[in-house]
Amino acid sequence: MSRTIRGKVAVVGLGETQYYKRGQSPDAEFKLALKAIISACKDAGISPKKVDGFASFSNDRSDPSRLAAALGCDDLRFANMQWGGGGGGGSGAIANAAAAIATGMAECVIVFRALAQGQFGRFGQGPRSNTTSGGGAYTVPYGLMSPAQSFAMKVNRFMHDHDVKQEALRAISLASYHHAQNNPRAVMHGRPLDEEKYDESRWIVEPFHLFDCCLENDGAAAMLLVPAERAKDFPHKPTYILSALSGSHYRAGASAHNTPDYATSTFKTTVPRLYEMAELGPKDVQVAQVYENFTGGVLMSIVEHGFCEPDACNEFFTKENLIAPNGELPTNTSGGNLAECYMHGLGLNIEAVRQLRGESTNQVDNVDVSLVASGPMVTPVSSSIFGSEATL
Amino acid sequence: MSYLNPGLPIPVASPDGLDTPFWEAAANGVLMLQVCEDCGYHQWGPEWVCHQCHSENVSFKEIEPRGRIYSYERVWHPVHPALNEQGPYLIVLVEFPNYNNARMVGNLLGDPEQEVVIGSTVEAVFEHHPDDDPPYTLIQWQIAD
Repeated sequence: MSRTIRGKVAVVGLGETQYYKRGQSPDAEFKLALKAIISACKDAGISPKKVDGFASFSNDRSDPSRLAAALGCDDLRFANMQWGGGGGGGSGAIANAAAAIATGMAECVIVFRALAQGQFGRFGQGPRSNTTSGGGAYTVPYGLMSPAQSFAMKVNRFMHDHDVKQEALRAISLASYHHAQNNPRAVMHGRPLDEEKYDESRWIVEPFHLFDCCLENDGAAAMLLVPAERAKDFPHKPTYILSALSGSHYRAGASAHNTPDYATSTFKTTVPRLYEMAELGPKDVQVAQVYENFTGGVLMSIVEHGFCEPDACNEFFTKENLIAPNGELPTNTSGGNLAECYMHGLGLNIEAVRQLRGESTNQVDNVDVSLVASGPMVTPVSSSIFGSEATL
Repeated sequence: MSYLNPGLPIPVASPDGLDTPFWEAAANGVLMLQVCEDCGYHQWGPEWVCHQCHSENVSFKEIEPRGRIYSYERVWHPVHPALNEQGPYLIVLVEFPNYNNARMVGNLLGDPEQEVVIGSTVEAVFEHHPDDDPPYTLIQWQIAD
């Protein structure tokens, strides 16, 4: 395949702010974005003035032109927003940045996400307006208005179709909390979860207990991307983008829950292209970061990325199978959105690269191929696969 | 008699007029879907063209107010102040097999802790709110005999 980004772009810088509980950040959202970007540049050993592009997703409020002005960037060449809400663009923004680099539009691109919910309001709440129209009018007056409520409907149908037990969802949550106990950056570090605590936690909306739902956090994360041929000019072990793309299936965005293929994480059409571009398959993937808005989305994502048959979920989804270093598919090894931080999944991409560098707090041995699935059940969704030099 | 406590946002027709006939029909106890006058395909939610043949000749047509439960959920955690004292409630996704499998969201009337069986046949119940400002009608569902 000649038209590909495979191996053409390297990730050379990773930056994160401290992660805070929602509303606890002492810094304004834009300052958080700046701090994460400066940190990613420091990690790469270059001046932020050399950044010539910015890519983000989910309508991030930190405008690239203001960022470039604040950082004194010499030459802004790429300013990009991936459409779509939630974390669906986490890997899509990386894909866009990589495409810009691979085609010569830019040379040094920051992918970032910044969130300060204390400054700008929460996600998991219904609208406070007096009226609702359009798509909202078909759901909100019936009490269906939060992400958890939108997605539980899909997960219930999937669990019905494939006889998935609650314990499969629980295993995903237990694995994330297990990993967070080894990660001092994790918001849930020092707050372990066991089966009893999960089972006794309150329902949010069936089948989601409290611990099936992502956190809400303040913070920012950034990654610095450059052309692959420059990868070895930077201080860290080179890591490359093998594949990154986004998309969704037929009428995935039909309103009032009318997409024909309903009980899906939205990855069925994107995953074949993902592996084709990467020139590898699920058996080659050694560690996965799978966006947890809700555990049910993780479950369907792992199925649709080819790691588990839909009718085998109850056997596959055990804590032992999902934890590093020796699980069948070590998943969300930083603690992820459930237990590290909810940075709309950009943190998952950072952890995927960290696994390749050998720097994870839950390191899997000798990782050459590291996968991220971003934002299940929204549209568009996206995925990325990162590889070591050996995979090129 | 309303299924949910009062105070949630009131549904109104879209300002661009796309779904005005649907809400007017609901106020009169009639359930409508959008249908293409050229190819006969039903779609929901409404759109300016038919997603099958791209005709602009789309209109609203009364359908039989029965469907089957495609999925459901029991909500416990309130995300709107109007629901703080609500307790659990049931939302169903109702599919219309005779109308190109279009679907609608509503509440399932009755005990909120009842067992819900996917595939069950349900019939529409029009929940009118004539004294609200603006007045509106919700389309709710109950298990059919």
